[in-house]
Amino acid sequence: MCTVCGCSEGETRIEGHQHAHQHPNEQTHDYGAGPAHAHAPGLSQARMVQIEQDILGKNNEYAATNRRWFSERGILALNLVSSPGSGKTTLLTRTIQDLKSDLGLSVIEGDQQTTNDAERIRKTGVKALQVNTGKGCHLDGHMVGHALETLAPEDNSVLFIENVGNLVCPAAFDLGEAHKVVILSVTEGEDKPLKYPDMFHAADLMILNKIDLLPYLAFDTDECINYARRVNPGIKVLQVSATTGEGISSWYQWIKATHQLAQIGG
Amino acid sequence: MHEMSLCESVLKCLQESAKAQNFKQVKTVWLEIGALSGVEIEAMRFSFEVVVKDSLADGAKLEIIELPGQAWCMKCSETVTIEQRFDACPNCGSYQLQVTGGDEMKIKELEVE
Repeated sequence: MCTVCGCSEGETRIEGHQHAHQHPNEQTHDYGAGPAHAHAPGLSQARMVQIEQDILGKNNEYAATNRRWFSERGILALNLVSSPGSGKTTLLTRTIQDLKSDLGLSVIEGDQQTTNDAERIRKTGVKALQVNTGKGCHLDGHMVGHALETLAPEDNSVLFIENVGNLVCPAAFDLGEAHKVVILSVTEGEDKPLKYPDMFHAADLMILNKIDLLPYLAFDTDECINYARRVNPGIKVLQVSATTGEGISSWYQWIKATHQLAQIGG
Repeated sequence: MHEMSLCESVLKCLQESAKAQNFKQVKTVWLEIGALSGVEIEAMRFSFEVVVKDSLADGAKLEIIELPGQAWCMKCSETVTIEQRFDACPNCGSYQLQVTGGDEMKIKELEVE
């Protein structure tokens, strides 16, 4: 890890971000390698150090900075999480088409590789920035902070952060967002909330997507919602189809209401 | 495999402590990991070894203190131990549980020189 600015992923690439992420001595931060490494013969220098530090403390500091930044500007940041193939980008492009005349919108796209999703978003006419995490399996607070410098979302707008498709790792990393929104498609099986409880516990809203396919599947919607509430009794659930538009107006209402709350510092 | 990023954060903390507390090498690291923290202990051990290679903690021993998941059962009005977030209360079978402990991820103590 880079000790200059705290970059945690050597392979992270942020589009248009000129900060050099290849720090030449990245692999050699070795405080034991200098001349002082030589031990005095016969003397043991071993001692105990109590440090009591949260492993995610650094990430949480970056996230807190992002959160303050959003709050000062009245920006609503939503962290969209799901497994790959849940229809996240389709939901997002439709949402943007339908809301861009009412709200300022921008997108941070996280993927391990390619800028395909950011290009899909840009076709809708809103600002989008791709962050490639390389081998990393999630976005972190630091990557989002750097992305904000380049993307510069406007005041009082809505920022969608589309996380890497992964129902495990992004649960642990706060990005400074107002809410995590978990998208689950009905083709994935109703027990996903039990299989990946941390993510459903961390999210405030679950969008059950692709409900137009329900007639062809043996998916038990009630059971799925029960499972989600078992790991998170407070989770809100919306049933939508990003393809047909069924139920999608409730998602727009949720965004608008939550955006209003962000304006009054809620 | 977010354990890899977690281990990178651990290393970063070790490097900062080394400056602040003036040590050159880490011999042992004690981590507290809760049962509900979403951390796979074996993946953590594997990642730690890889991440600290050629650093001040190269070859350091990783000691993991596992903490149980705890929740408050509204029906029983008492603290119970759970293994997963979706577990029912072991006493009454209710799902009205509020998790109260077990999501820790903490560096507790170091042996250094």
